[in-house]
Amino acid sequence: MGRFFLYALLLLATLLFLLPVYLVILTALKEPAKITLDTVWHWPDPVYWESFKIAWDAFRPKFQNSVVLALSATALSALVGALNGYVLAKWPFRGSNLLFALMLFGMFIPYQSILIPLFQFVKAIGLYGTLWGLILVHVVYGIPIVTLIFKNYYSEIPDELVEAARIDGASFFGIFRHVILPLSAPAFVVVAIWQFTQIWNEFLFAVTLTRPESQPITVALAQLAGGEAVKWNLPMAGAILAALPTLLVYIFLGRYFLRGLLAGSVKG
Amino acid sequence: MRDRITAFLVLLPSLAAVGIFVYGFIGQNLWVSLTDWGKNPAQALALRPELRFVGLENYRELFTGFVDVRFRQSVVNLIFFTFFFMGGSLGLGLLLAMALDRGPKGEGFFRTVFLFPMALSFVVTGTIWRWLLQPQGGVNVLPTLFGLPPFHFPWLTTRQQTWVFDWNQLPFYTALAVGLTLLYVAWKAHREGERKRLFWSLLSSGVLLVWAFTLGRTTHLLPYPEPHGFSLALVGVILAAVWQMSGYTMALYLAGLRGIPVEVLEAAKVDGASEWQTYRHVVLPLLAPITLSAMIVLGHIALKIFDLIFAMAGLDYAPTDVPAIYMYLLAFRGNQFAKGAAIGILLLLLVALVVIPYLVSQLRKEVRR
Repeated sequence: MGRFFLYALLLLATLLFLLPVYLVILTALKEPAKITLDTVWHWPDPVYWESFKIAWDAFRPKFQNSVVLALSATALSALVGALNGYVLAKWPFRGSNLLFALMLFGMFIPYQSILIPLFQFVKAIGLYGTLWGLILVHVVYGIPIVTLIFKNYYSEIPDELVEAARIDGASFFGIFRHVILPLSAPAFVVVAIWQFTQIWNEFLFAVTLTRPESQPITVALAQLAGGEAVKWNLPMAGAILAALPTLLVYIFLGRYFLRGLLAGSVKG
Repeated sequence: MRDRITAFLVLLPSLAAVGIFVYGFIGQNLWVSLTDWGKNPAQALALRPELRFVGLENYRELFTGFVDVRFRQSVVNLIFFTFFFMGGSLGLGLLLAMALDRGPKGEGFFRTVFLFPMALSFVVTGTIWRWLLQPQGGVNVLPTLFGLPPFHFPWLTTRQQTWVFDWNQLPFYTALAVGLTLLYVAWKAHREGERKRLFWSLLSSGVLLVWAFTLGRTTHLLPYPEPHGFSLALVGVILAAVWQMSGYTMALYLAGLRGIPVEVLEAAKVDGASEWQTYRHVVLPLLAPITLSAMIVLGHIALKIFDLIFAMAGLDYAPTDVPAIYMYLLAFRGNQFAKGAAIGILLLLLVALVVIPYLVSQLRKEVRR
């Protein structure tokens, strides 16, 4: 009896979680003319693949922006995080813990509280409306979380390893290059997944700091879906495009995704 | 020694960046919020606008000014949204985690399904749910699949409100809520035998409650009554947000449940506790720290919620407004930068109120360890 209820509950929840996905795919595969509200749940007949082609053509520049943005900002912030974490975990100095705590605070501020000065600043240095401005912003506001993840990870590496390398005459960067980096792969994976997902999905900075030509896909999608005249097959196909990269990351690297999730939110 | 200097130099750019982009900008934002930037449209978009110091005028206007009635509704919306979003995500997450903890077949599959919305952006979630919640379609036609008449609820477009109260009574309600919370703290301190904490919380609770029922009742923020309530258009937004985030709480709770030592549960069983009693008196108290962490994270998301509402209802729809939306609207559409900055500072204060005590207690725990 208990088992029956258990599976009933789980199946119901599965339905709840998957129905929206089903509806999205359904709508994206329908002919625009056949999308009416009372046939929302009906299977498309015939299946109409054209929407994806149209959506792809419309969204491709924004998709490319998102790819460039997410990949380069992720790579840069992983590098910064590794170096910071290395310093804080293996070369602590007086007051470094306090500085680390002050750094972490940046993770918690609502970005609305710095948005106006940030907007002015990005404008003043001539990066408003460019992808570079957005990359810079994501790297900077990513510093707290990536530093936290790397510091925690490097704290687990025994100090003796670093000490031994130092006695052998290795320098600061020598130790990083030959001792720390070879051990860092898991931390890099966690940080890369976390940052990639965050940056790909980010919206507030993107909508404030870009122009149409530098918009990432989240902004383009929100603006398209907000318009009244558009048929729903397009936003739905666009939503699938916008969701696909992070979903693939989640499906293929789910274990690390979860680890990043827990590291990023529970510890902080 | 040279290496120590190198180490410091490596950290320096990040420190400088955080110093400027976090602390410097907060300072600048605070300054902007105390000026009249945006009052004069001619000055608003000037390269070097002339800013005049006006003190707390922007804050006063937001809470009691004639034009900013929309801000007040957005605050009320935020309170209700946070409450239901947290409650929904925590409740559903705990339920799912408890179900999965019983080791059903295909656990990995269920876990993957419950967690996947986390990988989506709020914009995608919002777009999808906007379509699902269309008045004549989507969710509303679901009953017809079982041969029932369709719902007719205009999820995102209703202007209906419930639990309407007069904004003038906000000081009263706030004092009442804080006073009662402090009373609870006092009760806990009494049970734990902490005399000093008992004294102070009892004293401040008493002062607040006395104030609430005497002067608080007659304090008026506005010269006229201004009704605000729980905007029913938010129900759709809350549904979408819970759909997205309850997988996250499920993952947290599941990790917590798996972390409870088997001996503890066995001991409860030996003592003759029923399954329900075990949950009530053993499992749930052990999960309390997780609930607290999750509440911090969810509360944080709730305070900043912007993209979901932008995608579901747009910027201009007052019934689903929250301070983050209104801030963007004022500053980047209306060029009222000073007032936008003031809302930013208010949000920061709210976050600090919750996060700083939490961080301090976490740090203390680490030191004790």
